[in-house]
Amino acid sequence: MTAPRVLIVGAGPAGVRAAEAVVRGGLRPVVVDEGDACGGQIYRQPPAAKARPAETLYGADAAAARALHADFAALLPAIDYYPRTLVWNLVTGAGQSGPGQTGFVHVHDRAAGAVGRLDFTHVVLATGATDRVLPVPGWTLPGVFTLGGAQVALKGQGCLIGRRVAFLGTGPLLYLVALQYAKAGADVVVVADTSGTWRQARAFPGLRAAPGYALRGMSFVAQLMLKGVPILRGVVPARIEGTDGVERVTLRHRGGEKSFACDAVGLGFGLRSETQLADLAGVPRRYDAAQANWVPRAGCDGRTPRSGVYVAGDGAGILGAQAAELRGARAGLAVLADAGGRADPAEAGRLEAEIGRWVRFRRAIDAMYPVPVQMLRGLAAETVVCRCEHITLGDLRRVAANTGAEDANRLKSFSRAGMGRCQGRFCADNVQELAAFLHGAAPAAMGTQRAQMPIKPIPIGDLLRQAPRTEPVLDEPVLDEPVLAGEAE
Amino acid sequence: MIDSVKNPLPSRVEIVVMGGGTAGCSAALHLAQAGRKVVLFEQRLCGGMASGQNYGGVRQQGRLEVELPLSFRSRELWDKMEKIVGNDCGFRRTGHLKLARTPEQIASLEEWAVMARRHGLTVTMVTGNELRTQHPYLSEEACGASFCPTDGSANPRVTAPQWARAAEKAGADVREYCPVRALEREGGGFRVTLADGRSTCCDVLVNTAGAWGAGLAAQLGESYPEGTLHPNMNVSEPMAPVISANFGVCGGDIYFRQTGRGNIIFGGGRGVGDRDRLWSRPLAEVNLRQARAMLRLVPGLAGINLIRSWSGIDGMMPDESPVFGASPTVPGLFHAFGFSGHGFQLGPGAGAVLCDLVIRGETPTDISGLLPKRFL
Ligand SMILES: Cc1cc2nc3c(=O)[nH]c(=O)nc-3n(C[C@H](O)[C@H](O)[C@H](O)COP(=O)(O)OP(=O)(O)OC[C@H]3O[C@@H](n4cnc5c(N)ncnc54)[C@H](O)[C@@H]3O)c2cc1C
Ligand SMILES: Cc1cc2nc3c(=O)[nH]c(=O)nc-3n(C[C@H](O)[C@H](O)[C@H](O)COP(=O)(O)OP(=O)(O)OC[C@H]3O[C@@H](n4cnc5c(N)ncnc54)[C@H](O)[C@@H]3O)c2cc1C
Repeated sequence: MTAPRVLIVGAGPAGVRAAEAVVRGGLRPVVVDEGDACGGQIYRQPPAAKARPAETLYGADAAAARALHADFAALLPAIDYYPRTLVWNLVTGAGQSGPGQTGFVHVHDRAAGAVGRLDFTHVVLATGATDRVLPVPGWTLPGVFTLGGAQVALKGQGCLIGRRVAFLGTGPLLYLVALQYAKAGADVVVVADTSGTWRQARAFPGLRAAPGYALRGMSFVAQLMLKGVPILRGVVPARIEGTDGVERVTLRHRGGEKSFACDAVGLGFGLRSETQLADLAGVPRRYDAAQANWVPRAGCDGRTPRSGVYVAGDGAGILGAQAAELRGARAGLAVLADAGGRADPAEAGRLEAEIGRWVRFRRAIDAMYPVPVQMLRGLAAETVVCRCEHITLGDLRRVAANTGAEDANRLKSFSRAGMGRCQGRFCADNVQELAAFLHGAAPAAMGTQRAQMPIKPIPIGDLLRQAPRTEPVLDEPVLDEPVLAGEAE
Repeated sequence: MIDSVKNPLPSRVEIVVMGGGTAGCSAALHLAQAGRKVVLFEQRLCGGMASGQNYGGVRQQGRLEVELPLSFRSRELWDKMEKIVGNDCGFRRTGHLKLARTPEQIASLEEWAVMARRHGLTVTMVTGNELRTQHPYLSEEACGASFCPTDGSANPRVTAPQWARAAEKAGADVREYCPVRALEREGGGFRVTLADGRSTCCDVLVNTAGAWGAGLAAQLGESYPEGTLHPNMNVSEPMAPVISANFGVCGGDIYFRQTGRGNIIFGGGRGVGDRDRLWSRPLAEVNLRQARAMLRLVPGLAGINLIRSWSGIDGMMPDESPVFGASPTVPGLFHAFGFSGHGFQLGPGAGAVLCDLVIRGETPTDISGLLPKRFL
């Protein structure tokens, strides 16, 4: 057996706790993260020049944020950390050249503008999540941001997406970001939730799985109300309008239409796991009907059906930040157990019990704030579904009618929806829902779009430079003569 | 077109086409238009394999002499696509430039041009200076080229499916998700059994199963040395139109074009794959070589983002030409597979020639260098 080389992708709550567990067990992991500093989405750190106190940045999460940052700083001497580095490809043993279970990733070092290879025997994918976005007529106007984008602007850059901001969507993050904006001095003109009061009340008892957290959520709402922010539940977004940018949002609510003047909109309907690397690793996916998207198949311990490949945190299905820390730690223990390190089985049991509590909590949250996929069916034909390629719902309907487009991949293939710069990260789920709708079938039966490297764009020229502290992607001198490859064109 | 078990098969049909790539779909269309009763079985979706995964190059230039007549026959159909299948399939006549990087390569291009002109193709030689005047984005590395003005490119994602729909409209019975599992000779014809156990009998069997063609032929006692090829493909984010022609090079280590949408598509070199699992994947190592080769020729693309790589599965013959024509050992069996990485351009013509062979037993297109017997 080769000496274990543990690679952790992501330095958010899950990745940091995984690294910590691995270090405690006596191994030295490699941690690769796209961000400038650790913290992931929720505990994102601003650049030094824009530093602010944790309380301002993270509110009620300040203590957790500070602890995570400090614990990671303490780990630094015991790990190999690659910040500002994207993992854009992952290759595991099976089906590829190379011995046994080992694999490697290819990385892009943004600062160096260069690429390289890092080998592993065990890899933990703690890649987190991004916003689940549903199209609303006008959502491509300048001034419309995802909730995550709105938060990045605030936490990372210390700026607001607008002065008068409407928040539209559903989920706990909707209220949280609205409150963060209100506190930062924005005029929050409305918080409009597509989930209705009755639905929320019905699922509410399930939140007792994490009472402290539920109380916090309630306090967000209370604080918003105290600040006089109108909160509407059970809305149907009608449209976002404006000439050169956002000027107003219009919502359907209780049988009427209501408009709110604003210069920016924060939009988000929950979160979706970032699963491309798990996909490249050959981890099978399952369709999570409650979260209306695909997640890697894995146990509570982070083990996947592919040996040597582990998933943790929101990248393995959304359970939230607290659970992400627990899942990271648990996956770290699983790696140790499998790699011959020292792992404490009692600790593993304790973590799993706690994770179980968050699973129950999340079930209630999912029931309270379902992704309103039915909204897609009522959209006007001119609504853009794929932002990168500017493909509208009408285009998709036409393509489906003219070609039969049997599944989500065909609909993509014939229409270009999902073939742009983001490679469907934002629209693939919606294209799948629409395909299902157009065919009167279940979304899961429509198949999924397949991930391919590079999972995010990289400049072609950067492929020719080797990043520091990496192995070469290609073991041959870069100025070698062209290799005759035979013609396929 | 997706078939379900509920859809019973006729107990007997005249012609079965196995494989819904461009070749098979074109064969089904031509046969149906000729009034023949034809069923096409496709194991997945029509155009889902090589015919939908390829680079989209529609070129005659650079082909082996034995393929040229078939390539010309096909080229005529590419011009009439709109009329034949109701959609131009993205075909654009941009011309194809094959670049040379050494004087020896220029000599080889000249030699090829002389041969091709004998067959009636227009090919012109271009000097290094002319190249850079017409295509100022090219570096000094290209010292000359040959140009075939009638070549171009098309959209592979829509082509075979469009042909399949046209075949259906013309009366062919196109059945997707119907893998052919077993073939037997029965009476004067064949029994074709699908993976789900349903079967039908036919007089004529057309084998257009791409990389899986030899596997099907083996069931009828013929053994062809068909390997696989997994070209490594890439696409960049869209950019303003710059690259006006379809480019290849001597040696084949890089080829590139710009789509109507503005993306640069480039290939050269091989990924990996497994035809048994219908699985293929590009290799980053190869991306790097391609990037190196392309940026040497077009340095200005260095800042453009690569957004996706992919590969595919094509059947590869040792002499890089397809197995094409009537089976020498089994009457009623016709092959067109193993297109060896350049059968997209040939697909429409392949179907037309197969139709000639099935209906008349002969074709005006010279396929004498492609006949199956060269391997048996
Ligand atoms: C936009 C957004 C805002 C959120 N805001 C809040 C909030 O305010 N409060 C709250 O309770 N919850 C919030 N959540 C949920 C919360 O962020 C998550 O529950 C928590 O961060 C999950 O932790 P994680 O470690 O799984 O993932 P993350 O914190 O997302 O960390 C993943 C890390 O992996 C890195 N990464 C991903 N892919 C790659 C790759 N290919 N190569 C290199 N690095 C990679 C990312 O850059 C990131 O640093 C938010 C989620 C999102 C998406
Ligand atoms: C990445 C790539 C790039 C390429 N670039 C070019 C290019 O630029 N220009 C060019 O001219 N050529 C190119 N080629 C080659 C070209 O794509 C192929 O030669 C051509 O598409 C082959 O067509 P086909 O119909 O023989 O095969 P396919 O398109 O593979 O069709 C065969 C079909 O048979 C089906 N099948 C197999 N077994 C069975 C069974 N038992 N039962 C039912 N159905 C079955 C398969 O599912 C498949 O759909 C490229 C190929 C690849 C992979």
